[in-house]
Amino acid sequence: MSSTPQEDWTKPAAMAIPKEGYFKKEMGRHGPIFPKTPACYGFSIIAKVIPGREETVRAYAKTIEEAVKATPDVLAPLRLHYLRWVLFDVGSDLYFQYQGIFDTDFDKYLEDAVALFVKTGITTVFVNLEGFPADWKTNLDAVTKFFRDHQRPSFLEYGEYPFVSADEIKKALKLKAAFSEMLDQMQ
Amino acid sequence: MLEFDDIQHILLTRAPALTGRYEFLSFRDAASGRAWLSAIADKVLSAAEARKSLATEKRWVSVALTWNGLRTLGVGEESLATFPEAFKQGMAARAEILGDTGENRPEKWLGGLAGSDLHAIVILFARDGPERERCKAEHARLLAGGEGVRVLSGLDLEATPPFEYAHDHFGYRDRLSQPVIEGSGEEPTPGSGAPLKPGEFILGYPDEDGPPAHLPRPDILIRNGSYLAYRRLQEHVGAFRDFLKANGRTAEEQELVAAKLMGRWRSGCPLTHAPEKDDPALGADLKRNNDFNYKQMDPHGYAVPLGSHIRRMNPRDTAHNINRRRMIRRGATYGPHLSEGAPEDGVERGIAAFVICANLVRQFEFAQNVWANDKSFHELGNERDPIIGNQDGTLEFKIPKRPIRKTIKGLPAFTTVRGGAYFFLPGIRALRYLASGTKEKP
Repeated sequence: MSSTPQEDWTKPAAMAIPKEGYFKKEMGRHGPIFPKTPACYGFSIIAKVIPGREETVRAYAKTIEEAVKATPDVLAPLRLHYLRWVLFDVGSDLYFQYQGIFDTDFDKYLEDAVALFVKTGITTVFVNLEGFPADWKTNLDAVTKFFRDHQRPSFLEYGEYPFVSADEIKKALKLKAAFSEMLDQMQ
Repeated sequence: MLEFDDIQHILLTRAPALTGRYEFLSFRDAASGRAWLSAIADKVLSAAEARKSLATEKRWVSVALTWNGLRTLGVGEESLATFPEAFKQGMAARAEILGDTGENRPEKWLGGLAGSDLHAIVILFARDGPERERCKAEHARLLAGGEGVRVLSGLDLEATPPFEYAHDHFGYRDRLSQPVIEGSGEEPTPGSGAPLKPGEFILGYPDEDGPPAHLPRPDILIRNGSYLAYRRLQEHVGAFRDFLKANGRTAEEQELVAAKLMGRWRSGCPLTHAPEKDDPALGADLKRNNDFNYKQMDPHGYAVPLGSHIRRMNPRDTAHNINRRRMIRRGATYGPHLSEGAPEDGVERGIAAFVICANLVRQFEFAQNVWANDKSFHELGNERDPIIGNQDGTLEFKIPKRPIRKTIKGLPAFTTVRGGAYFFLPGIRALRYLASGTKEKP
């Protein structure tokens, strides 16, 4: 297990988070690091969709579905648990939310994430958002700033099996499958 | 096409030097800095010159500047603002990101490296001791002849015996895995990967992502330049040897523990090829000693532990976008050799090295922040790089082994950061441009 003793996966846990999104300012290469919570690391990026682009954004869901079908480990560099994409209205405007739960603070593998966004076409959704830098292909600093500016940190997070990484869960499931197989072989 | 006649030699050649010296300088004002730079610039060999004279040359000089140094030399604010934020801030200000906390914190650094009055470094690699002393005296005369350039500190370099091959004070063979730059004329050794685009290391050229973009300005200042991340790393040889003794009953077991920490036997032989017994001939064979991967050859780390130094600092085929994370390393050891069996004498010894890259944040800082110091790298939890990670005695090191792994708890710090700085390594023309007071037309 990678968890430290206080990160006990057997005890469901909740964590209230200060307004800034962190308890103590700790700098990463690109800015303050958001803490690991019982729901691991994550982000919620919320931005306004450029008027008239809703269909383009919705169509992009198919692009990602196909990309993952063709290469199931295509998003592996992000060390994800889950991603959720949501569109919602605020007044007459359309907003987009991109929420991810993953196992490393975003700062660490940011360049890998942006490279992946470009490769898989994930960026196509961002270019339909207001404020996304036009030179995103070459300007990592500007992309980083966009994500930072549009990140809304949680004020509360909960984990039913807190702090457990996706790799640990996959290992446990593999172990279960291996035991099942072993028991079958014993019949 | 690489402009070999404009690129400082340190980027492309490895001088056959056994000694050397670094001097850290501070300029009183632009005029004094420029006068010194005008005089020293003639001594700085380009890669083209160094290659031609490698067999006969006795000394190799490089010059690099901090952001404060560029400013003191009179580079305009408009240009200064275009340099990356990390370089502007300097290494000491990035301490938390780099893991330079606790015993490694900049407040404890030596030689005035953490201060804003550090402006330049002059790097001397010398073929032997007498040549080093001659150059030292010559530089002292140059400084005495002018005024307004102060030596903040200096560090003499010494190879450690045996001199037949490069190794550190712990005894690990060094210089086994270096990236090769496309167009440099060098051939990568087997396992080292294809040559990389020059822009990964030299400003002004395409990098692995495409054409150069968002470089500082003006072009004359940055073309054929690069960044140096300097690290002075004290090696606690006595503590290291005591640790081996405490964790291995026999000499063979101790040698295996040393190999597990590094991922290679001290001979350089990779554990993937010789997991149980050292093969020094293989360790010395450039055709074989870097020819391995992890995904196929050692996915679980039974040979090379997941948290070992070489697996962290170059995860090879288990990292994403590895070509955007590579770095060129140059440098040397300093301080006296501690004879085998001798008790710790308290004298400082270690490695004083440069990481050379085009992007300090993407390459050097990533390696420090993630590869060396991320406790959950490879899902390890509670581990950092056993050789260069920030160790405070509370972390562990896991050695995968069947049927169950071995966990060493309370790993001591084998190294301490005693200094560091970010420098810009200008091309030869840029050195003259700076010396002329940036009057040449950009």
